[in-house]
Amino acid sequence: MTDTATAVPSTAASSVSLPSTLRLGLARGAVETKMFFREKDAVVFTFAFPIILLVLFGSIFSGSLEGTGLTVSQLYTAGLIGAGVMGSGFQNLGIGIAADRDDGTLKRLAGTPMPAAAYFVGKVVNVLVVAFLEVAILLTIGVLMYDLDLPSDPSRWVTFAWVFVLGVSAAALLGIAASSLPRSAKSAAAVISMPFVVLQFISGVFIPFTELPPWLINIASLFPLKWMCQGFRSVFLGDAGAALEIAKSYELGRVALVLGAWLVGGLVLCLTTFRWKGRKDG
Amino acid sequence: MTQAATNAATEAVTPAIRVRGLTKRYGDVHAVAGIDLDVRQGEVFAILGPNGAGKSTTVEILEGYRTRDSGEVSVLGSDPGRPTRLWRSRIGIVLQTANDAAELSVRETLRHFAEYYPRSRNVDELIELVGLTESASKRVRQLSGGQRRRVDVALGVIGRPELLFLDEPTTGFDPEARRQFWELIEGLAHDGTTIVLTTHYLEEAEALADRVAVVARGRVVALGDPATLGGRATAKAKVTWSDGSVETDTPTQTVLELSARYGGEVPGLSVTRPTLEDVYLRLIDPA
Repeated sequence: MTDTATAVPSTAASSVSLPSTLRLGLARGAVETKMFFREKDAVVFTFAFPIILLVLFGSIFSGSLEGTGLTVSQLYTAGLIGAGVMGSGFQNLGIGIAADRDDGTLKRLAGTPMPAAAYFVGKVVNVLVVAFLEVAILLTIGVLMYDLDLPSDPSRWVTFAWVFVLGVSAAALLGIAASSLPRSAKSAAAVISMPFVVLQFISGVFIPFTELPPWLINIASLFPLKWMCQGFRSVFLGDAGAALEIAKSYELGRVALVLGAWLVGGLVLCLTTFRWKGRKDG
Repeated sequence: MTQAATNAATEAVTPAIRVRGLTKRYGDVHAVAGIDLDVRQGEVFAILGPNGAGKSTTVEILEGYRTRDSGEVSVLGSDPGRPTRLWRSRIGIVLQTANDAAELSVRETLRHFAEYYPRSRNVDELIELVGLTESASKRVRQLSGGQRRRVDVALGVIGRPELLFLDEPTTGFDPEARRQFWELIEGLAHDGTTIVLTTHYLEEAEALADRVAVVARGRVVALGDPATLGGRATAKAKVTWSDGSVETDTPTQTVLELSARYGGEVPGLSVTRPTLEDVYLRLIDPA
């Protein structure tokens, strides 16, 4: 069948080639990131929150940790980097995709020739940009205000790189999976943020593990945030801080294992539970 | 559009949409209970019906959003139950309500969506076509309801679709905005785009559509030219005056008789045929 019906320029009529998924994914990423930084709620919620907390907590708790030469604010910097990375993936996508489902974004996109994969590539690009900026700002604050030493040993930056990539990917996949839980965009912030805030308190972001009862530590050990923060502490606190860990070691092998498991589990959850439609769309 | 020319041209080619025996159930509710439809290439086809009549479900099946329980459906020669990207690039959809991408400007939004299609329209020309030139740099969030709807239409036609779906496009418009919108749709139809329109406004169907299908209780209860739908053109005329009214096949005769009785002017005289609304209300009445 020829499309005689439309006023088509003759040049394009013969062979129609659709733009590649990667190109559209990157275009989505650019637009998602632009929209993210224009949406004040999202910026404050997922981006500025860890930064504000670091400045606040770092200023309030300025003591040092006995026998290590480290300060509490340095500990917070490492912990909040973990929380910031988790937030850019989990909170940002959990709330953002629930909003996309509610406000018609997903339905409109599903009606266009944009492939579904490009939507997710766009979200991942957005998360990477937000997480990268977040970490850069938190590190700058840590270095300038709280005497955090950036590691000079390249192997520690290698550790940083894999913890960051594994952590951000697992958090993003969990965020995508969690976005199907809220009934609407209005309830998304509460439904997604509640467990995340609780997780931060039991995962050693705000409160050192030495202060927590064992059963809470056991619960926290099931989730990726504890392990991500542990990995970041190994990078930024170094050998001096290992004594503060429960296991007296950063257990990097276990960090990789748990984050990897969450990555796989998150992917399975996404593939089995993702909804393109809102509940009211049936 | 010249109806005769369209008919002659489309008789020979595949219809844009062909539906036979379409059904869809939600639990015990038969939302669509056996619909047959043909939409010819290049025509404006309106689907009318009360809420819950099955028109949205039908249209969403045609758009590839919903699966069907049974029946044959072909949209631009393909099964919408298995939408491909190429097929999607040939249709345009204007959804009922959407509040998405509100933080982008009109131009940014259109530029982005233009990237999805193999042969998109020029963004600035499109902005002018939908009458948003002055608001092109505004964030979508800041637009009025009518302007927002124009963005929706622009997004629907940005890929030069052969077939455009419009779902209740002018709900909430003031009369002037509605007229302007109709002109926009007429322009698209004039360029040869096939348009499927669902609407609550009967005057909208009458103004835009070449043919109308009335859907009620999951079935097509009437189909045809809006001017003759449901025997409208041949129905009895109603002659009303101050002291009474009659329904008659010969209204001119009645008026002459009345004029003779009153000795000239008949007080409060009016002669009416059933409006599309009268016909419609009779058609959808379940009794």
